[in-house]
Amino acid sequence: MVSEESTSTSSGAAGAAGMVAGRQLLIAVRFLLAMTLLLGVLYPAAIFGIGRLLPGRADGSLVADAGGRIVGSSLIGQSFDGPEWFTPRPSAAGDGYDAMASGGSNLGASNDELAAEITRRRADIARVNGVRPEQVPADAVTASGSGLDPDISPAYARLQAPRVAQARGLEVEAVRQLVTEQVTGRPLGILGSERVNVLQLNLALQRLAARDATAG
Amino acid sequence: MTPALAAAGQILLLVLALVLVHRPLGDYIARMLGTRAGQKPDWRVERFLYRLLRIDPRADQKWSTYLTSVLAFSVVSIGLLWLILSAQRVLPYSLGLPGMSPDQGLNTAVSFVTNTNWQSYGGESTLGYFSQAAGLTVQNFLSSAVGIAVFAALVRGFIRKATGRLGNFWVDLTRLTLRLLLPLAVIGAVVLLAGGVIQNLNDPVTVQTLDGGTQTIPGGLVVSQEVIKELGTNGGGFFNANSAHPFENPNAFTNLVEIFLLLVIPFSLPRTFGTMVGNHRQGNVIVAVMGVLWALSLGAVLWAETAHNGVAMQAAGAAMEGKEVRFGIPGSSLFAVSTTLTSTGAVDSMHSSYSGLGGGVLLLNMLLGEIAPGGTGSGMYGMLILAIITVFVGGLMVGRTPTYLGKQIGAVQMKYAAGYLLVTPALVLLGSGIALLIPGTTDTLANPGPHGLSEILYATGSAANNNGSAFAGLSANTPMWNLLLAGCMFAGRFAGIALVLGLAGSLARQGSKPDDAGTLPTGKPLFAGMLFGVVILVAALTYLPALALGPVAEGLS
Repeated sequence: MVSEESTSTSSGAAGAAGMVAGRQLLIAVRFLLAMTLLLGVLYPAAIFGIGRLLPGRADGSLVADAGGRIVGSSLIGQSFDGPEWFTPRPSAAGDGYDAMASGGSNLGASNDELAAEITRRRADIARVNGVRPEQVPADAVTASGSGLDPDISPAYARLQAPRVAQARGLEVEAVRQLVTEQVTGRPLGILGSERVNVLQLNLALQRLAARDATAG
Repeated sequence: MTPALAAAGQILLLVLALVLVHRPLGDYIARMLGTRAGQKPDWRVERFLYRLLRIDPRADQKWSTYLTSVLAFSVVSIGLLWLILSAQRVLPYSLGLPGMSPDQGLNTAVSFVTNTNWQSYGGESTLGYFSQAAGLTVQNFLSSAVGIAVFAALVRGFIRKATGRLGNFWVDLTRLTLRLLLPLAVIGAVVLLAGGVIQNLNDPVTVQTLDGGTQTIPGGLVVSQEVIKELGTNGGGFFNANSAHPFENPNAFTNLVEIFLLLVIPFSLPRTFGTMVGNHRQGNVIVAVMGVLWALSLGAVLWAETAHNGVAMQAAGAAMEGKEVRFGIPGSSLFAVSTTLTSTGAVDSMHSSYSGLGGGVLLLNMLLGEIAPGGTGSGMYGMLILAIITVFVGGLMVGRTPTYLGKQIGAVQMKYAAGYLLVTPALVLLGSGIALLIPGTTDTLANPGPHGLSEILYATGSAANNNGSAFAGLSANTPMWNLLLAGCMFAGRFAGIALVLGLAGSLARQGSKPDDAGTLPTGKPLFAGMLFGVVILVAALTYLPALALGPVAEGLS
């Protein structure tokens, strides 16, 4: 068996150790440069190439409105102000849904200030939507971990339907129907939770309102 | 389907996938690590690399040479990564971002080379695409491969007789990268890409949103880094929100894939161990202890997160603060338990917003030493150290010289094993002490009193354990914290590795002693029970005093 140290045993022990270390350092430099080329350039480039087969997804699932204008990403939540839109969850990313500053509130479950904030949010949502505070679901009053949660629970979407319909002068039943159509089930029937994508729901709402306007 | 049934189905699907994969994958890794280069057919690309890099693949290294290789490689890696992060401004695809400050660059370089992935920066606002790909993605692969290589050297210590030689670090690193991590990463990347994880070189694009506002949407080579972040139990996110970010983890399917990826190698390595030592029961005992700890921890967190503890959680009606709707509470808890027990440090929900008890279990997971199943390689060598302690304790009870896998566990071996167990607590306590002595540290804390001490303990504990998860509140990007934690990460990783390799060398020099009637059978359920007890005992004895001053005092006040 060839020994790595066998060639350097003639010099002193310290010198031998130094030579071993020096040789290992040189190999380390060569090895790292080769691996940086392979794993840091060729591998990401190859995956980038595969990504071109699915450009919509690789580029961030951007979505356009009826006029073809890019209005955001179906994966990234965005703010919606005004009673005529379905409202997303509270967001701790920047000033709210800042996609360049993702993050959560990091406030603890026993934080008094967070509890007061949640109670205030609950009262506001109940008032705006004309429901009892205890009917407001948990996702409506809590900030997500990313601050960019694109989804709300089906319960929160249904709760908002009458208010949105009223603000837009649409039939409540038609808006409720829209929510039902926009509910995404669990992948494979068991993974994660049922959800409604707020941007997709509001885009569908916009289309419904446009149809309603031309019909009326 | 009810939510509870769906949650049970999700967990069963994950366990089933791991059960199916761990045998073939574990055996595949065993073949890769058990055959010597130059004697079995190397891959053509490997022969090319050995020639190109002037590596002698037949050189069989003593433990000290193996360690020299590990250290040389890691120091060079830190140097190059530090250079890339500092020089970011002049590199391609830097998005016009400036280089990192020297202290933050050093902290980040040490962090990724030691498989810690502590981040004192937010990815989307700090790093360009070149730094992430050529700098961080590379170390996501290599730091993981280093951990598995050290595990392989330790196992060779058990199976080799009267030699003192542990294999060749460069051959191990080459094979683990080319035959294991890279192929699995490519497969995982394609799956995650199909699930919606992004991979592009687009500059951040500003759009007018539907209600008339504006939003800037980032791009990046995300999936190529995301997959190895999980597979190599690294955990450093491309984005600040880590795997909670929809571009890193778009839906519940990718979420389960990512959990699978971060568990699959650590749960396969016990099989590798059993195959390499020629006795599958030895591996089964270890995987059983790992599995029980994981299941208990998961049960505790699921219960805590559905039991509505804390005023804020009660006000909300469910533990949704810091969690994403698409994953739900079970999917988030499953990720949280798996990431804290594997030293990954990736998160798909914010642990600081977990219930008091749930968050406490996650902290405990980290302090257990990350052995259930632990990081790639490091979990297994940590568990084997505890197995040696268990054998020794068992030997003391019956008054026999203890043996494990035919090797005597004497004073020398126990010094290495005990030294290994003392590295982390020594660093946590010394590091916290130093932090408290330096003026200005208290300004970086978000909370006064015991909670402030918890922030310091969590930061040094996370660094010294090479975990990388953070406890919100601490302003970690100060020169003091960057340098102190870099020191903790470096010492925690390499002092541990040095002791493991020293132990491996001392084992390999021994001959093999046949089992007799007085030998503790280490392939039986009884030993699994003893090992489980030692795991709990060691963690409790090590950390209870420090925990009493932080979280416990806070809970009682």
